[in-house]
Order: sequence, then structure tokens, then C-alpha cells
Amino acid sequence: MELIANLLVQGAQMALVVALAPALMGLVRKVKARMLRRRGASIFQPYRDILRLMRKEVVLAENASWLFRVVPYMVFAATWVAAALVPTFAVGLQFNWTADLIAIVALLGSARFFLALAGMDVGTAFGGIGASREMMIASMAEPAMLLAVFSVSLVAGSTQLSTVAAYMATEDVGLRVSLGLALVALVIVALAENARIPVDNPTTHLELTMVHEAMVLEYSGRHLAMIEIAAALKLLLYISLIGCIFVPWGIAGEAAGVMSYPLALGFYLGKLAVGGVALGVFEVSIAKMRVFRVPDFLGAALMLGLLGTLLLFVSRSL
Amino acid sequence: MTAVEFALLCAAALLALGPVAILLGRRAVATPLIYASSAVLCLALTGAGVAVLAGMAGVSGRVLPIGLPWLGAHWRLDALAAFFLLVVGFGSAAASVYALGYGRHEHEPLRVLPFYPAFLGAMVLVVLAHDAFSFLASWEVMSLLSWALVMAHHRAEGTRHAGYVYLLMAGFGTMALLLAFGLLAGSGGDYAFDAMRASDRSPAMAAAILALMLLGAGSKAGLVPLHVWLPLAHPAAPSHVSALMSGVMTKVALYGLIRVVFDLVGPLAWWASPAVIVLGALTAVLGILSALVASDIKRALAYSTIENIGVIVAALGLALAFRANGMTATAALAFSAALFHIFNHAAFKSLLFMGAGNVLTATGQRELDALGGLIHRMPVTAALMLVGAMAISALPPLNGFASEWLLFQSVLKSPELPQAGLQIIVPAAGAMLALAAALAASAFVRIYGVGFLGRPRSEAAQKAVEVDRFSLAAMAALALICVLAGVFPGVVLDLLAPASEAMVAARLPVQADQAWLTLVPIAETRSTYNGLLVLVFIAFSASGSAWLVHRLASRKLRRGPAWDCGFPSDIANTQYGAGSFAQPLRRVLGTVLLRAREEITMPPPGDGGPARLRVHLRDLFWDGIYQPISTVINAVATQANRLQFLTIRRYLSLVVGSLVSLLLVLTIWN
Amino acid sequence: MDRMVFDIAHLLAGGLVLVSFMMIYQERLGALIRVFAMHAVVLSLSVSWQAWTQDAPHLYVTAAIALVFKAVVIPGALLRIIRRMGIHREVETVVGSGLTMLAGMGLVAMSIVLMLRLTETVDAFAREDLAFALSVVLLGLLMMVTRRNAVSQVVGFMSMENGLILAATGAKGMPLVVEISVAFSVLIAFIVIGVFLFRIRERFDTIDLGALEEYRGENQ
Repeated sequence: MELIANLLVQGAQMALVVALAPALMGLVRKVKARMLRRRGASIFQPYRDILRLMRKEVVLAENASWLFRVVPYMVFAATWVAAALVPTFAVGLQFNWTADLIAIVALLGSARFFLALAGMDVGTAFGGIGASREMMIASMAEPAMLLAVFSVSLVAGSTQLSTVAAYMATEDVGLRVSLGLALVALVIVALAENARIPVDNPTTHLELTMVHEAMVLEYSGRHLAMIEIAAALKLLLYISLIGCIFVPWGIAGEAAGVMSYPLALGFYLGKLAVGGVALGVFEVSIAKMRVFRVPDFLGAALMLGLLGTLLLFVSRSL
Repeated sequence: MTAVEFALLCAAALLALGPVAILLGRRAVATPLIYASSAVLCLALTGAGVAVLAGMAGVSGRVLPIGLPWLGAHWRLDALAAFFLLVVGFGSAAASVYALGYGRHEHEPLRVLPFYPAFLGAMVLVVLAHDAFSFLASWEVMSLLSWALVMAHHRAEGTRHAGYVYLLMAGFGTMALLLAFGLLAGSGGDYAFDAMRASDRSPAMAAAILALMLLGAGSKAGLVPLHVWLPLAHPAAPSHVSALMSGVMTKVALYGLIRVVFDLVGPLAWWASPAVIVLGALTAVLGILSALVASDIKRALAYSTIENIGVIVAALGLALAFRANGMTATAALAFSAALFHIFNHAAFKSLLFMGAGNVLTATGQRELDALGGLIHRMPVTAALMLVGAMAISALPPLNGFASEWLLFQSVLKSPELPQAGLQIIVPAAGAMLALAAALAASAFVRIYGVGFLGRPRSEAAQKAVEVDRFSLAAMAALALICVLAGVFPGVVLDLLAPASEAMVAARLPVQADQAWLTLVPIAETRSTYNGLLVLVFIAFSASGSAWLVHRLASRKLRRGPAWDCGFPSDIANTQYGAGSFAQPLRRVLGTVLLRAREEITMPPPGDGGPARLRVHLRDLFWDGIYQPISTVINAVATQANRLQFLTIRRYLSLVVGSLVSLLLVLTIWN
Repeated sequence: MDRMVFDIAHLLAGGLVLVSFMMIYQERLGALIRVFAMHAVVLSLSVSWQAWTQDAPHLYVTAAIALVFKAVVIPGALLRIIRRMGIHREVETVVGSGLTMLAGMGLVAMSIVLMLRLTETVDAFAREDLAFALSVVLLGLLMMVTRRNAVSQVVGFMSMENGLILAATGAKGMPLVVEISVAFSVLIAFIVIGVFLFRIRERFDTIDLGALEEYRGENQ
């Protein structure tokens, strides 16, 4: 009986992240539009876009292989599993111990690996440019993220996100320099991995200046819809991750009953909204970098992550 | 019959297959006979290794009355040897099955067949040897036979140079090993491993032995800066031998390192470990960066071997650091990560080299920029290569991720190390390993994306056809191992636990007891990973979502020309190639570490000629270490050359002079 | 509560190191000067926090000096200078910013280990504060070494001075007189350097210090 209840909560969380992800995307777009004194589309526009794409037929390049058709679902699945492992409104869910933070980083790496391969599959110049640059960005961002994860895990004494979130909510964490550094590093990585300004601009009309969008240029119809959902899920994942590690308040604990879930859900929605608005405001107030400035930006994240880890290695109190 | 006797018999049979191959000569039956019997013998050896590890057969030793008369030849199959026997066994068996198909394309089978089984036998003997003399003799036979195999295609461009460099480095390595064993035996002069283990030595002496082992075994395994021969020699050999050299022989070298450093030397001081950790991490980053810019598919794979060796050595260094501080449980974690990665790398690197061999068979090309689109022409090879590429890029739920995950777990345990030096070095090395892991994914997206995806870049690639079933079967078996070891890592970890117990006096908790086959290296609240559930979840959500979308939304599909922003071009070279894919990372990291320089020649305005971009890469180690050494040797040799043209009287005076000076030395000495 | 006091002080000192890194990373002069202003703001926050926890009112004066001069007056003046010279574009770095960051990491690691080992007898807070202060000083020096532009060298110099102030407040014992005189000497140094900048430019048409070396015949 308890197992069934636990499974239900886990299922609810998995459904929740998929259901919320497009709305978060819509919110960010809305905020950006408002900041530019436009009205902007409704925050529910991404749902309509995805449904429209789903119903359209797929136009597949003549040269596309089976890999190209499998990748959208693989990318979606890997991202979804990773997103389902991040505690959103409750910790200690049934399958949280399936994989830890390092595995979540690697799952996102799997999604990226496949997407980059798909970019190379049709054999076009733009797909290649996107894949090549995406891998360059990832090669810097992934170690930076791992080091931020190291800092967090060293403080909490665990790489298990549920344990980390529960520990972070306790009094004895305090304010730590290394956690601050890890937060900065994680935010930089989140910007880069989600193809946001200043690293990438998905809304530009010049494919040469895109990274992520150039890579998925050949996709259409339901395939594109899956990739869009996966991108939205990834954004949600990063905001949830930052939320559950650095602002762990409001998450229902392991002992908390079902009654505490509505309140926890409210907290979670609040965190997402704050994250989305902050991202929108940040994006309109900064300019995009040129591509070869990005490694410096991510290198900075890598250094900060390393510094945070180093401080923890040297002194337990930092 | 004890396990060691059985293994020795198999090894002897393998060695005997060499002469058999010579007797068979050019007969058509030779190729299948030799490879099939090698495969069977290697499978039997794998079985012996598993039996000892699983406790079905006891640890056994045997002294044979051959070799040095007062010493005999000691052989022993203990847990560590059994683990390596397992790795050597399954890697060699797969390579032999692969060769059943691949070997048919060999133009001069007599250049490969006699050496191949004997090479396998020599590797087995290195693992079984239990005295310095047998060890070194087997090691040297292994080196020479692999050299002969590298030289199989001696007419190909670059092979002779590769063979020459390899021979020099192998000689250097053996010399270092000889010195190491000399120091180990000490003044007692007993060359049996048991005696070496029993004797005491000072920390400085132990560290000196460690340094010599890093030189000797490291040069065979490909540690920076002794790696220069590896990317030359491994690609030059026939592909099944490349798979063996990269996947298996480097592991035998690591066996030598582990045997001496963890077993024979005895306790090492903590200050010996940072050098090992740094060397490993440096090797990992430099190796993968070179793989990222190499344009030859087999060369890129050889460089990636260097990376993986670096990862393993870094893990071994961590294990040394923990062991020196008495943290045996954590040492077991790092040590198990190292052994697990050894197992995994043997599987996926063999797989990848075999895939490269298939490409070579089908197209005759090794240059990535001449390939492309092979996924259409060689679907099975492409699918199996994809598994290998995913595994080596450390993507869950495959095996490469499981071992890297264990390694990162042990890095996270190291703040408990008391020494300040280690506290700085370990996180820095952790960062470098993370960087290497991320770069590996880029390198393999490049190899796979350029080689197998896109449009064919040459006529050869356009006309490629899928290869024979034997080759594919061997690859499929290795791919299966990659998946199974990733999904059930606990099985492999439990299997290698006796080896860890023997070397660092501790083992990981028994993984078979964990619920749902979860991997729990330390404690459940600290870190868990379940490859099986990850696989199930991904498979379920991918197929489920695909089913739902096809069912509820749309399943219509139309083929059309590629969009490519409205400017599609038929010219295959408009795709991203190997050089262009690597360009961003080459600019970011390569300018310093590889001395990458780009030289662009633009035609003047109005001239319709092509613009050219040339990339110059330099090997820092080649320029900084090897070039000066070879210059000095050349200079000395030129001087010594004059000795060839002396008169008889002068030769006589040289002899007399040296005799007198030796006598003088003796007089002064006494 | 006591724990929180420490943590906030640490966070502010760590923030100062972070801002130092941001300065190393900036390539544009305008952005560099704005980040320097932020450096001063973080410093004054840190000093006022110390003033409050140590109950030492004179530190408020130090904080105020830092805020007024280093966060407002000097950056403002520098911004005016570079605008008048028309050089608010990129600065040249001698080595790439990636390598500089790496060197900076090494310096921070070194100073932390050094300080923690040297000052094992001092109380926990002061030693970590000193470690951060040394890092800031070294990062300032690094900036002066790696930049060729006179303005960024001035900024590096002043960020180094910020590190000194951080060390002094953490060590609980710098008299106000010393503090004020240091502040004024920095101000005077700034004015002198400012005058120099114009003189250099008048003479060489650039404020790249490489030009000076050429004048001395070093780069021949």
C-alpha cells in the first residue's frame, strides 16, 4: 500500500515536470517581451506551439538515418528521467536513489551527445557548426557543473539529491563561501546549457550565430516538438536543481504527510516563477557574447567551481 | 589439476600455435584454424580467471624447472592475476573471433599468424609469472611479438618508423623494469616474488621502485610523456591486433604496475602518491585532447587509450594515497574503480578498434575526412560502434559511466586525507578528470559523427558494404558486455572484490545484497546509482512517448531535400569534417597544449582561387624531450662513427688502452 | 548566532575574492572600472560588518571612506578619463584571460594553504579572513603584471589596497590614523597616476605601457 502511494507521488512528480515545463518557457518569453515593452504571447503559447508541431507531418531529409528519427525521443527520455530525479516539491521519492547528482549531469550529457550526433546526421554545414560548438560549450560546462556538484556534495556529505536537499534545509549549513561560488558556477552553466543569452540566442534570425538552434535545424513536426519539450524540461530541471539545493525551504520532508504537499507545491511554483522572471530580466539586460568569448565565460565557471571545491578540501568551515 | 596448471597449459598451447602456423604455411585452413583455436583457448582462460575470482577454484602456484637453474620458474594464479587473466582472456577471445572474419582480408597471413597466438600466450604468462625472471622474459617476448605484429604491414607508409620508435621505447621500458626488479631483489638477490614481498625496504627505496615502474610499465601503457610510440604503433598494426594492443596489452602493463606497487613493494609513503595522481590526470587531458584533433580514426582511438590509461592511473594514485593513510575502505573504492575501468576499457576499446577495422575493410580508408554516411551502408557496424562510443564517453547507463562514477565518489571522499599537499592536488586532478570525461564525449561525437553520419566524402565510403558475420559477432559480444557491465555493475565489482582485498586489504560492500541491484559503494544515504533502473526508465519513457505521439498526434512522414537554410549543396565537403569539428576546442585548449597554429592564405580580391587553411600542431613532448635526446645521440654516434675507419694498429692501441685503464681502476679500487 | 556572524563575514570576504576574479576576467576598461566599484562596495560592506560585530565604530569611518572614494569618486573619475581619451574599448592582455584565471586559481590556492598553515594559533575567523585578504592582494598584483594598459594597472593597484584593508580589519587592530593615511596616500597616488596618464598620452599618443619600454630602448 505504501509502495503504491509512493509510486503515485513519484508519477505525479514526473507528470508535473512535463506539464509545467512549457509554461516556464512561456513565462520567460513573456517577461522578456514585457521588459522590451511588447505585450508578448500568452505564457501558454508554448503548449499551443507544441501541439501544432505534433499534429504536423514530419519532413525528413533524404539522407537522414534511423538515428535521426530516434534521437528526439532519446533526448526527451534522458532529460525527463534526469528532471524526474530532481526533488521538486518533496524529497525521498521512491526512485530518487536511482541516480545521484553526478548521474543527472551524465544523463544530460547523454541527451546532448545524441542531439549533437543528430546535428551531424543529415550532413549539412549548419548541423555541423551547431554540433561542434555545442560540444565545445559542453566540454567546458560539464566539468564546471561537476565541480559545483562536488562542492555541494562535500558540504552535504552526499551526492544523493534528496539527502542534499534535506541537509541544506537544516540550520547547520549556514552561509558558506564555497556554496556561493558553486551557485555562481551553476548559474553560468545553466545559462550555457540552456542556450540562453549571453552564450546563445535561440531567437536570432542568423543561423550562424546560433548554437542549439543550428544543431536542430533539420527537425520538423513531432520530432521538433519532442526536442522543444526536452529543452523546456532542461530549463525547468536547472531551476528546480538550483532551487532545491540553494533555496531548499518549503520542500516537503521525508516524514511529512500528504497534507503538506499542496503547500510544498505552492512553494515550488513560487520558486519556478522567481527563477523564470529572474532569467527573463537577466537576458534582456545583457548582450550576447561572440562564440570564442564563451570559453572564457565558462572557464570562469570552471575556476569558481574548482575554487569552491578547493576551499572545502582545505577547510571544512568555508 | 589446479587452476594455474590449467592456465599454463592453455598458455603453452597458445605459444605452440605459433610454430603450427608456420608449418601450415599458406594453406587456406591456417587462418580459421589458428584464430578459432586461439579463441577457444582464450575463452578457457577467461573461465579459469572467473573460477578463481568466484572462489570455485583456489589460489594456486606452481614451480617449473625451467629458466634459471637455481630459481626455476614460479607461476601463480592469485586473485589479482585471475582478474587480469579474465580481462586478457575475454579481450583476446573477442579479437580472435573477430579475426576469423577480418583475417581473411590479410594479404600476407604469414606475417601475422605465427606471432598472433604466441603474443596472446606471452601476455597470459606475464600475468601468471611469479618471479622476476619469468616476468621479464614473458614481458620481453610479449613486446617483441607485438612489435612483429606492428610490422606486419611493413610496406605501408609510416609503419617502419612506428616500429622503430616502438622498439626503442619497449627497450627503454624493459631496462627500467630490470632496474626496478633489481632494486626489489636488493642485496639478497632472491628474484621470487614471495621473497621480494617479504623483505623490508626504506621509503626512499620504495619510491625509487615506484618511479622506475612508472617509467617501465608506464611506457608500455602509454603514460605521458612516454606515450609517443602508442599513437604510431597501435594504428599501424592490423585492426584485431590494434584492439589487442590498446584493449589488452596496456592492461597487462598496468598489471605489472599494480603487482609491484601494491603488492611487492609493501607500504609506500603518502608523498609518493601525488606524482601518480598528477601524472594520471595530465595523461588523461593530453590524451583526449590529442584524440580530438587526430584525423585518422585509429590514431584518434589510440590517443583515447592514453586518456583512459590516465584515468586508471589517477585512480590507482588515489588508492595509494588512501592506503598510505590507513583509509582502507576508501582505498578499496578507488582501487575497485581502477580495476572496473580496466575491465570496461578492455571491452569498449576493443569494440571501437574492431569497428575501425570494419571501416578499413569496407573502404580502405582510415582518414575521417574520407568517410561519412556509413550508417546507411554498414548499419550493424554503425549500431555497435554507437554502443562503444557511448560507453567510452561515460554515458549512463553503460559501463564507462559506472566506473567513472565510482572514481568521482572516491575523489569526493578525499577531503578526509590529512596532508595539505593532497588536499590541493586531489580536487585539481578531479577537475582535470571531469574535463577529460567531457572532452571524451566531444571526441567521440566527432569520430562517430564524421565517420558514420552525414554524407559520404569519398567514392570508397559511398561503395562500402557491411562486413562478415564473425567480425560483427565479436563486436556484438563486446557491446553486450558494455551494456551488461553498465546495467549490472555490482556483478563485476563483486567479482573483482578478492583482488581488491588482496591489494588494499579491504573491499567494497557486497553489491549483490543491495535491493534492486543498486550500486552502493559507501552508504545508501551517501551515493547510489542503479544502472538497471536508469536503462528501464529511459527505454520506457522513450518508447512510451514515441508510441503516444504516433498514436495520438501524427505519424505522417515525407522525405524531402535537406533544408540547410535554403542553401543545400551537393558537394560533400560542405559538411563539417574532422578538422572543422575540432576547430573550436582546438582554439580554446589546443593553442597552449598542442601548440596549434592556424595559417590562412586568402586569395586577393577578384581572384577566384580557393582560400586555404593549414593547421600546424606540434607535440610538446616530442619537441622538448625526444628531439633533444635524439640529437645528442646522433651527435655522439657521428663521433663514434670515426672508430669504423681506424688502422689495425689504432684498434689494437684502443684495446690495450682500455685494458690498462680497467686494470688501473682495479688497482686504485683495492 | 555566533556561527552566522562568521558565515556572513566569510561570505563577504569570499565575495571580494570573487569580484577580484571578475576583474581579471573583464576585457573592457569600462566594465573593469565598474567591477572595481563593486569591489569597493563589497569591501565597505565587509568592513561595516566587522565594525558591527567587533563593536568598533572607527571601522565605520573606514567603510565610509572606501565607499565614497573607491566606489564613487575614483571610478567616476577613471570613467571620465577613459571617455575623454576615447579608450573605453578592449584592454590588451598580455596572456589570455583563461591562463590568467588559472594563474589566479593557483595564487588563491597557495595563499589559502599558506595562511591556514602559518596561523594555526589564531582564531578560526581571522585566519580565513587573512587567507582571503592575501588572495585579493595577490590577484591585484597578478592583474598589474598581466595588463599593459595604465588604467587597468591603476585598478589592479587599488584592488590590492582593498585586500590590505580587508586584512587590517580582520586582524582587529589597525588604528584609524593609519587607515586614513593609507586612504589618502592611495588617493594621492591616484591623482599622480591620473596626471601621468595624460602626460604619457600627450607624449606617446597611447597609454600602452609598452610604448614607454620602447622609449627606453628595452624592446629593441
